[in-house]
Amino acid sequence: MIESQSGSKSTNLSDTRFYKKQRRIALRLCGIIDPEQIDEYIGYDGYEALGRALTEMKPCDVIDILKKSGLRGRGGAGFPTGLKWEFAAKAAGEQKYVCCNADEGDPGAFMDRSILEGDPHSVIEAMTIAAYAIGADQGYIYVRAEYPLAVKRLEIAIGKAKEYGLLGENIFDSGFNFNLEIRLGAGAFVCGEETALMTSIEGNRGEPRPRPPFPAVKGLFKSPTVLNNVETYANIPQIIKNGPEWFASMGTETSKGTKVFALGGNVTNVGLVEVPMGTTLREIVDEIGGGVPGGKKFKAAQTGGPSGGCIPSKHFDVPIDYEQLAAIGSMMGSGGLIVMDEDSCMVDIAKYFLGFTVEESCGKCNPCRIGTKRLCEMLEKITSGKGEDDDIEKLESLCRHIMSSSLCALGQTAPNPVISTLTFFKDEYIAHIKDKKCPAGVCKDLLSYTINEKCIGCTICAKNCPADAITGAVKTMHKIDQSKCIKCNVCFEKCKFGAIDKG
Amino acid sequence: MKSLAELAAIRDKMKQGAAIGEDGNEKIRIVVGLATCGVAAGARPVFDAIAEELKNQNVTNAAVSQTGCIGRCTLEPIVDVIAPGKDIVTYVHVTADKIPQIISSHIKEGVPVMEYTICAYE
Repeated sequence: MIESQSGSKSTNLSDTRFYKKQRRIALRLCGIIDPEQIDEYIGYDGYEALGRALTEMKPCDVIDILKKSGLRGRGGAGFPTGLKWEFAAKAAGEQKYVCCNADEGDPGAFMDRSILEGDPHSVIEAMTIAAYAIGADQGYIYVRAEYPLAVKRLEIAIGKAKEYGLLGENIFDSGFNFNLEIRLGAGAFVCGEETALMTSIEGNRGEPRPRPPFPAVKGLFKSPTVLNNVETYANIPQIIKNGPEWFASMGTETSKGTKVFALGGNVTNVGLVEVPMGTTLREIVDEIGGGVPGGKKFKAAQTGGPSGGCIPSKHFDVPIDYEQLAAIGSMMGSGGLIVMDEDSCMVDIAKYFLGFTVEESCGKCNPCRIGTKRLCEMLEKITSGKGEDDDIEKLESLCRHIMSSSLCALGQTAPNPVISTLTFFKDEYIAHIKDKKCPAGVCKDLLSYTINEKCIGCTICAKNCPADAITGAVKTMHKIDQSKCIKCNVCFEKCKFGAIDKG
Repeated sequence: MKSLAELAAIRDKMKQGAAIGEDGNEKIRIVVGLATCGVAAGARPVFDAIAEELKNQNVTNAAVSQTGCIGRCTLEPIVDVIAPGKDIVTYVHVTADKIPQIISSHIKEGVPVMEYTICAYE
């Protein structure tokens, strides 16, 4: 039941429980304005932060505001944004660049797409502010070609901003020039890594390179470059306009402001949420997300995508920020938050993410290219019932090697799904290896289907079995021929009497 | 853009999201969520149906426009009706066949079709 402020039943979506605990800064105008009308953005104080920065502030003042605000990178690693800008501002070089990382690639993450589609001008305004702060006159937005609508709206927005003189030459009559272009990525996950992204903008194959030198010193075309994520940028005009104290008043000791999460998986209200840092997982999953559907039990939440980890229910009340998530073996990542119920097999989840990393490893360094492949094979072996007693030790050892010796963050964080599930759900690995059982009933090779005494002989299972593995006369108990059973689960789904056991 | 004053002039004209008709009166805004999520759920035919129905029913005091994603994937397509001085009414799981009724009842007569609104779902 939702109520409006006056107490009567509300017809406004914003009054629902879903939005009660939310605080929308990056998503402020998403779902409010027409993203293709620059006037609507201006109507909500758009470009005022840029105007004030250019006419009333020195570049160092802008950087000071950002440093004071405590804003940290929303792409996942959480590096202080003001510090990054300061490094680039102080770095020697005639030509400097500002880039935006819109290469959103984590499975289940769509917050950047939503911002670009819903409020593209906030990103354009913030990038222009960044360019002024560090002394750049050229910027690039690196966005994946799989986001055609985001690209289209960005193109319209850039065109309009140019028409209004908010991009181009002598913006706000300040003598400051800034040109912004879009670069399309072909959808390689590794291009979300900053050095690979810039290599790709340069026209080369998207592969990372060792750091240091960091991009702030030697980035795009070997020039000092600021590269921030879409969500980071979307916060900036608000910080300039409302002041650093306003922003720093939200969040925890070390992580200020809000974070957008793409809430998905086994949760009633799938969607995009923005909450102050320090909100607990319980608040996000139960109060905003409406809990796990179907009366099932919450088992774990996966954050940080393929670089993150699974958080078990015992950490449900941990306030979410960069440090807290790292302390429990996960990471903020870009903000994917996948809820898993009791029917999820944690070994299978780890295998899924490793399968993703194997596909997306660029192949430049051995630990990532070969290591993730071997790791995935070991998980495949365990889930197919061929696990051996020392496999857990081997997994742990290989994970450590991949983490310590990979070239970029893709490889360095790739073992996280394995490590976190091993930490919190070791019993499931042991069940797969020693007992040859999948407790959640997911791993097919470890399942067997049998018919129990609840069977009334209705024949529905036998009729639906695609392998003709079920026999039995009408009104007598049926039987499954294990040698023919292909474990397709059809009998389990069709039986109305709960007479099929799997396990 | 040469000055903050120039920017402020546009901002004031926009009056925070209000749409002004040719007759100078404020229009009812019908806003359809048209981000990728909304489009995938079928918001484009809904948008087209609204535009057509406004024409068919000779409605001149309302305009349809698009917006981005409000964040409630499972409720898409979502349509907000924002009438001047009234509470926002959010319609969820909107399909093109619901549009004629919403236009005739809500837009023309001011009576929201409650069974299609968020109230019916939460």
